[in-house]
Amino acid sequence: MASLEDPRTAVVISAASSWGTYRRVWRKLRRDPVTLAAAALLGTIVVVTLMAPIITGLLQTDPDQILRTPTGRIATLEPPGPGYILGTDDLGRDAFARLLHAGRVSLAIGFMVALISVLIGAPAGLLAGYYGGRVDDVINAFVQFVFNVPSLFVLIILSVVLRPDVTVLALIFGFFFWPGTARQVRGVVLSVRALDYIAAAEALGASDLRVIARHVLPNVVNIVLVVAGFDVAGAILGESALSFLGFGVQVPMASWGNMLSGSQDFLRRAPWLVYPPGIMIFLTVLSVVQLADGLRDAFDPRV
Amino acid sequence: MRRFLARRLLQSVLLLWVLMTFTFCLTRLAPGGPESMLLEQPKIQKVDLDRIRARFGLDDPLPLAYAKWLGNVLRLDFGMSYHYLRPPLEVIGERMWATVQLGALAYAIALIGIPLGVAAALNRGRLPDISIRVFTVMSDAVPNWWMALVIIVALSTFAGWVPRGQGTEGPLDWFRHIIIPAAILGLGGIVGFTRYVRSQVLEVIGQDYVRTARAKGLTELAVARDHILRNALLPLVTIFGGLLPALISGAALMEVIFAWPGMGRLYLDAALSRDYPLLLAMITIATIATLLGTLSADVMYGYVDPRIRYS
Repeated sequence: MASLEDPRTAVVISAASSWGTYRRVWRKLRRDPVTLAAAALLGTIVVVTLMAPIITGLLQTDPDQILRTPTGRIATLEPPGPGYILGTDDLGRDAFARLLHAGRVSLAIGFMVALISVLIGAPAGLLAGYYGGRVDDVINAFVQFVFNVPSLFVLIILSVVLRPDVTVLALIFGFFFWPGTARQVRGVVLSVRALDYIAAAEALGASDLRVIARHVLPNVVNIVLVVAGFDVAGAILGESALSFLGFGVQVPMASWGNMLSGSQDFLRRAPWLVYPPGIMIFLTVLSVVQLADGLRDAFDPRV
Repeated sequence: MRRFLARRLLQSVLLLWVLMTFTFCLTRLAPGGPESMLLEQPKIQKVDLDRIRARFGLDDPLPLAYAKWLGNVLRLDFGMSYHYLRPPLEVIGERMWATVQLGALAYAIALIGIPLGVAAALNRGRLPDISIRVFTVMSDAVPNWWMALVIIVALSTFAGWVPRGQGTEGPLDWFRHIIIPAAILGLGGIVGFTRYVRSQVLEVIGQDYVRTARAKGLTELAVARDHILRNALLPLVTIFGGLLPALISGAALMEVIFAWPGMGRLYLDAALSRDYPLLLAMITIATIATLLGTLSADVMYGYVDPRIRYS
């Protein structure tokens, strides 16, 4: 059967329409101060943490170095002052240097988890929504399984047995996050699948692959971006809790969560150590979530 | 309905079995094996190690050990805790009540979300709605373990007192100790309820029968009470079960921070000391609780909404 579509114009049309979509999205975003502020904040946090080695180098501090006071004593639990802007922790390390370097680890885990979640969840949701039936059942069984597992308990036992490094930790978290992505994508695919133009494309003899790639996928990309944002936020929160308990990122490597593990013993003596990691987690999660939320509204043609 | 329930129960049992098998194998195949903790003791003798291995049934090859373990578990026998040298269920039983207290109070506190959600929906786009939205967005982004630490610092600075443990001097003392961890734990539930109720109420407000009620001249109060809230709040019963998994995880964090002697703390201690029989028993119990939570949510959903059909 001869194709009724001229491939060249089809490409032009879809490219033009997709650029049109993004122009429309950008026009909406430009008028949305909350989302713009969130994007700026997130951008700042990412840049500052990426530049952590340079910044701490300029300040001549190091996240692992044990500092000494002018009198030669090890500088444990020193309040903020010259030489250590945010004070020192219980082992005498510079809290500011550790905060910046911890940000690299926490953000890396957040983004890696989101990537893994999307890489597994999006195809799974696509297949489940498009083919339905047996395929849907199998994928749904996996999703149900992960949703019903007491995740913190399993994460702890995995951490004890596997003693994961940052990459493995991100893989494990990704395993708990992909079903959420799959579920969202499946929902979108189901509603797109019911539209007339899919039926039309199929009637014209388009292969499954072509229908998925050309007609379904463009609708899925937006939701994937949004879900990925929420995954980053969830992963950063989850990692911080696990690391706080001592089962996530292992010392001496710093993460925003483990900077405070075991802190109950010295909280009363050094309250200044409590605030910075939590504030960083809060700002990061808040900006990621607001950005994802704003994108969702911008992508939604009805809003 | 009965067929749906039977199928869901079967699925749940299957899921439980898969997870238990997975965790069992995990603990057996762990580098150094289950006795790795003992090997870190420098003075332990080979004879002692062999005796311990035999006592805890660690000499059996994996398939045999698994079969034995599963057979025993079916009789509710999880072996012997390495640390407490008692059956895990006995140890858990002593700790369970404290966690149930914490969880129940957190649920009760979460109910604050209902009026918040109603207020937000009825004032959509106005100040109450916006401030409630700011509250929910903020609380979602704050790690609650960190909030607990900040509260501890504030209390020790201003009150000179920090809740630790259960409190032994009567009900008032108990309440003084439980209220802060329970409130932090309940915060996630407040946010969940607020969002859910808000969207439910907004959905109901747009329905035809609400317009009809207004059109026939009922007061705003009567419309809200008899027509909007009744229909919007009914599906809430389904949320209770769905909140359970987050509550179980969250309780563990609060128990560690506030030295509350519940199951979560027990689990962390067991993880630190590689007490695998106890860990396996607790994962099993936590999974059963999670499954019951989601199952009850599904069943309730059909119960309160006759439009839902189970197939």
